[in-house]
Amino acid sequence: MKLTVSKAIGQALHEEMERDENVILLGEDVGVMGNVFAITHGFRDEFGENRVIDTPISESGFTGIAVGAAMRGMRPVVEWMYDDFITVCLDPVMNQAAKLRYMTGGQVKIPVVFRAPMGAGRRNAGQHSQCLEALFTHIPGLKVVCPSTAADAKGLLKAAIRDDDPVVFLEHKLLYAKKEEIPDGEYIIPLGKADIKRSGKDVTILTWSRQVYFALEAAETLAAEGIDAEVVDLRTLVPLDWETVKASVCKTHNVVVVEEGVKRGGVGAELSAQITEELFDELDSPVGRVAGLNVVSPFAPVLEDAEFPHPADIVSGVKKTLGR
Amino acid sequence: MKTAETLCGADWYREAYRRMALIRGFETKAAECFTRSELAGNIHLYMGQEASGVGACLALKESDYITSTHRGHGHCLAKGASTDRSMAELFGKETGYCRGRGGSMHIVDVNRGILGANGIVGAGIPLAAGSALVSKIKGDGAVTMAFFGDGASNQGTFHETLNMAAAWKLPMVFLLENNHYGVSTEIHRITNTDRLAGRADAYGIPGVTVDGTDVEAVFHTVAGAVERARSGDGPSLIETMVYRYQGHYCGDPAAYRPKEYLEEGKSKDPIDKARARLLELGVQDEEIEAIDRSVSAEIEGAYQFAKNSPDPDPKAVIEDVYSSDNERSVLR
Repeated sequence: MKLTVSKAIGQALHEEMERDENVILLGEDVGVMGNVFAITHGFRDEFGENRVIDTPISESGFTGIAVGAAMRGMRPVVEWMYDDFITVCLDPVMNQAAKLRYMTGGQVKIPVVFRAPMGAGRRNAGQHSQCLEALFTHIPGLKVVCPSTAADAKGLLKAAIRDDDPVVFLEHKLLYAKKEEIPDGEYIIPLGKADIKRSGKDVTILTWSRQVYFALEAAETLAAEGIDAEVVDLRTLVPLDWETVKASVCKTHNVVVVEEGVKRGGVGAELSAQITEELFDELDSPVGRVAGLNVVSPFAPVLEDAEFPHPADIVSGVKKTLGR
Repeated sequence: MKTAETLCGADWYREAYRRMALIRGFETKAAECFTRSELAGNIHLYMGQEASGVGACLALKESDYITSTHRGHGHCLAKGASTDRSMAELFGKETGYCRGRGGSMHIVDVNRGILGANGIVGAGIPLAAGSALVSKIKGDGAVTMAFFGDGASNQGTFHETLNMAAAWKLPMVFLLENNHYGVSTEIHRITNTDRLAGRADAYGIPGVTVDGTDVEAVFHTVAGAVERARSGDGPSLIETMVYRYQGHYCGDPAAYRPKEYLEEGKSKDPIDKARARLLELGVQDEEIEAIDRSVSAEIEGAYQFAKNSPDPDPKAVIEDVYSSDNERSVLR
């Protein structure tokens, strides 16, 4: 069956709400409107206003409410209209959801999912275009998922909802309309398992979310020039599938991390450090990074396109790492 | 005025007095230990405010829920937390409520409906509303009470949550303890609101101000709000006027306050008042002294329990960050 990424996400939510009455949705315009990307269209009629809750524009309040509900055993799925809005509700995420299990000595579980569209390329300017996964991976207690394909988005979201820990689930806006094959029937993709989207022997490209597609495109260009790239879609940043990363690095001996978010303090910096610390002897070249510039996402299309990596940037990044 | 029929009797007052004395005794002991450097970190004392927490919690059932604040010892003990495990938590011991991971500001006892003290001012308010939302969805009949102070009433979470709780008629009570000071800042210097409970008007719910040194007055007011919440009519905001005997934290000389503040507070001491009322109700001095002795014995027992309990194992520092896949998620 072919589905768009947004429909696949909707299907995951729908299946989990049918399966478990403790799954509830909260967010701005998720109910009557059915979400700005139509992901939860019709849910309110089907599951009722107690389970599909239109909130006021009070991110801090309703995110905290979801965390409190999770302490009492519900599995709330919170939707922030854009991941950029985390700036007005970081406390319930960082100081409450992420910490409560530890700080209570293990008395509580916080099975909440925070869903949010992210990413640049939609000409939404600096407050509606960010990739903030590095911010979330920095916070102990959160799991962080950034799917690329429709099939992955569905299977991973189902796993995230069933997970007993707070999960930040970041969906790239420019992937929503992508129509792709998804498996028939019920399936789950466990958190913490990377997926090799293209097998190769010369260089490992570690990436996630929309950059997976750019990396695959770059790999075709590189193939024409005789460079065989392996594209590893990490899918989950916390927990990290180190075994897959390690196996790939030990096969290709060259690594480039590709991310859309800003380079400074990015996930790529962390991956580069871990690989350098632990697999130094395996490396034929320093770990390369292709990432967003350390700037604000600009509005003007020509500026925005210069801000985050495109396939051509990945091609040159890989060549630079390989000294070609 | 309450009629004779609705006034609380001697049995009720014995329990109210006992709980208040227990809180005062617990904190007096904790302050001693802190001053002797037996406790690490910091503690925020509830002394002087006992009638608010006890009167409010006596209006709740055991199956009801509360959230609390950085000044949370009183709320947790009033809701039935054990003095042993609370004291052990202050001592950072493995036998503490949070196995020493939380400390003074983070006592939680889910089994007694204590969803947690909280180190972030105003953060417990939406958590309480989340609990109330669950009760509304499940129809379990429970009420959740959010304790917070005058300081938190200027946080966005207070206003956002009050608005949503009112709109959705959540079964909860907002219990604002107005001790007039957020750390050093007197409330009237930073608000143009005479009565903080008046903020309820903006959200279309009842707002009541009550003498927070009078345990019975607090009880009656809160009981009405609890009944309203339980019957599905939605939340209320109750402001209890209280006095914080200590500074913001134990050891803070509170030089920012006029000395009249403390004199006035001590002249209305909630425990003295309850004692006087017990005598009026015909309870003998000896019986009150017996309560005092049993409280002292319990506190001494809690101190010994805490002191003699084992520290957490340093190797366990990485445990329980996550419910599943913990080690992998912590190590990378």
